[in-house]
Amino acid sequence: MDASRRNFLKIAGLSLVGAAGGSAVIARGTEPAGAASGHRSDQPRTGPRLAMVIDLRKFGRDDELLKRCISACHEAHNVPDFGDDRKNEIKWIWTEEFEAAFHSEEFHYLRADLQGKPTLLLCNHCDNPPCTRVCPTQATWKRESDGIVMMDWHRCIGCRYCIVACPYGSRSFNWTDPRPHIASPNPAFPTRMRGVVEKCTFCEERLARGRQPACVEVCTNDEIVFGDLNDPESKVRQLLAERLAIRRKPGLGTEPEVYYIVEDPRTLIEVAPAAVVSDAVENDHA
Amino acid sequence: MLEKALSGSRTYWAWIFSLLVVIGVGAACWYWQFTEGLTITGLSRDVVWGFYIAQFTFLVGVAASAVMVVLPYYLHNYKAFGKITILGEFLAIAAVIMCMTFIFVDMGMPIRILNVFLYPTPHSMMFWDTVALGGYLVLNVLISRITLSAERRGDPPPGWIKPIIILSIPWAVSIHTVTAFLYAGLAARPFWLTAILAPRFLASAFAAGPALLILLAFVVRRVSDFDAGQQAIRTLSTIVTYAMLANVFFVAMELFTALYSDIPEHVSHFTFLFMGLEGEATLAPWMWTSVVLAVVALVLLLNPSTRKNETSLIVACVAVFASLWIDKGLGMVIAGFVPSPLGKVVHYWPTAPELAISLAIWAGGLLIVTGLYKIALEVRGQVRHN
Repeated sequence: MDASRRNFLKIAGLSLVGAAGGSAVIARGTEPAGAASGHRSDQPRTGPRLAMVIDLRKFGRDDELLKRCISACHEAHNVPDFGDDRKNEIKWIWTEEFEAAFHSEEFHYLRADLQGKPTLLLCNHCDNPPCTRVCPTQATWKRESDGIVMMDWHRCIGCRYCIVACPYGSRSFNWTDPRPHIASPNPAFPTRMRGVVEKCTFCEERLARGRQPACVEVCTNDEIVFGDLNDPESKVRQLLAERLAIRRKPGLGTEPEVYYIVEDPRTLIEVAPAAVVSDAVENDHA
Repeated sequence: MLEKALSGSRTYWAWIFSLLVVIGVGAACWYWQFTEGLTITGLSRDVVWGFYIAQFTFLVGVAASAVMVVLPYYLHNYKAFGKITILGEFLAIAAVIMCMTFIFVDMGMPIRILNVFLYPTPHSMMFWDTVALGGYLVLNVLISRITLSAERRGDPPPGWIKPIIILSIPWAVSIHTVTAFLYAGLAARPFWLTAILAPRFLASAFAAGPALLILLAFVVRRVSDFDAGQQAIRTLSTIVTYAMLANVFFVAMELFTALYSDIPEHVSHFTFLFMGLEGEATLAPWMWTSVVLAVVALVLLLNPSTRKNETSLIVACVAVFASLWIDKGLGMVIAGFVPSPLGKVVHYWPTAPELAISLAIWAGGLLIVTGLYKIALEVRGQVRHN
């Protein structure tokens, strides 16, 4: 059922590309946009499927690292800073209290270290992304080659339907011109203009150069690990196999690819992380 | 035929110019929004759709409601609707154009609007809504033009238009169904995730639209020699009564499912609407007004003597229209965003420029209705020339 549905959508998508005379090829990649319509993929899949594991055990309450992760991302991507102006706020990665991050879970008598714990949130790069499904111009789509949910800021018409469809609040809209609010623009990355939606892209521009995402790179002790979920040897797979990790709103069937290890920090002492961790660093994005 | 809208009495032109002034103010505000961005609206990161999209949703219903005169007249040969059908079709044309304008002013990048057609996307409900609305506009322009031209010549409408008229009936249902699908298919928004949304949209449309048509028919009767006829008004008021009852019934279904199941993420939106959440109760007085108006309307409509009395019927129609406008043109869209998927309660209220732009689009709709009704009345020789 699923496979045939997907095939049907692919055929429908591809025929559209044909009908548009090939013009529906997205400027930023080589993917035919119609084929990458973002519908549920079957598991197991071929090719890499990028995922992130955030190890909450390793983050402290007032951890400077949280701020470093956020500023590394926002500076690299020219994300404007509107200060306390919540109305115009743009964020690719940010923190919420644990209970808000996992809002639908209704935690009671929560373990003390998790209560109100700042938890990093970003685009989940869902396997079954509701945002790409609703986009009327295919300005956002799931890249089939690695599962990243991409954005084309030059195609987006600013209807904000993707923001409405995202169950995680991961998308932001440029209500006003962002450029005056970028402290030190990074010339290596485009700035956006008013009227378009933006979000985390798992640093696809850095991955293309063989680098890790900006937030992962500032982590020195595997607080955030990133890798290929389809590679059984990858660090992300090993962590998921060994540790209890949860995802946000799993019941919606969106299949988020950002995982949170929620075990007791005391479990950090039990394993010898060196063996697991150092191997996986080699495997990841060699 | 359009030239018939370009001559008229002093009052006619005074009315046209006052509408143009409202449109001008709104256009200036829109230009401001175009240069500054949607930051001049009350919208924010958490409430990303508001007054514009809500007006759009409400007006799709007004557009679809033309089917309530078209269906009896053309499918069942209900002669009493002979005079009023063209008014219903013209109202639909104006409403669809208003819908499109509301979508347009809500776009962050309006200059890229053609991307919807350059990259047609069947898995997006917005694509289908564009197709449905565009098609409905074409159908109604074609049908009203052909039937009115035939009437002007004193001929019956040509045979080939009949299948197109029949097609416009399910098409009208489709525009509001697809508009409901914009909302009802989103896992992120429990408030809209309800199978009854499309039926409820249709029921409220078939109450609010004909209620407006009754009011317009009375206005037109005052300013011209047109008379829809008592039979037509009575049948329309019966339609309004049934549709309003169905709408209230569907709302009760919603409330039962949400409140009896007691699932917090379903209950919380209704709590926000009627009681307020965390002190944010902007919509509560509006929603209770809507409830009171609905009760008043139903009392007046269900009682045959008040339904048949013109004055109380006017009160009932105003109450139906206002009640449903609050419900759909205000509450339905905003409540979907509060609380947010992360449980946040965020205040939203349209700003002055946002209201001015919306008012201008309503004025534009009235301008179109005025012009088109003028044409219809001229063709029928019902315009008073004094």
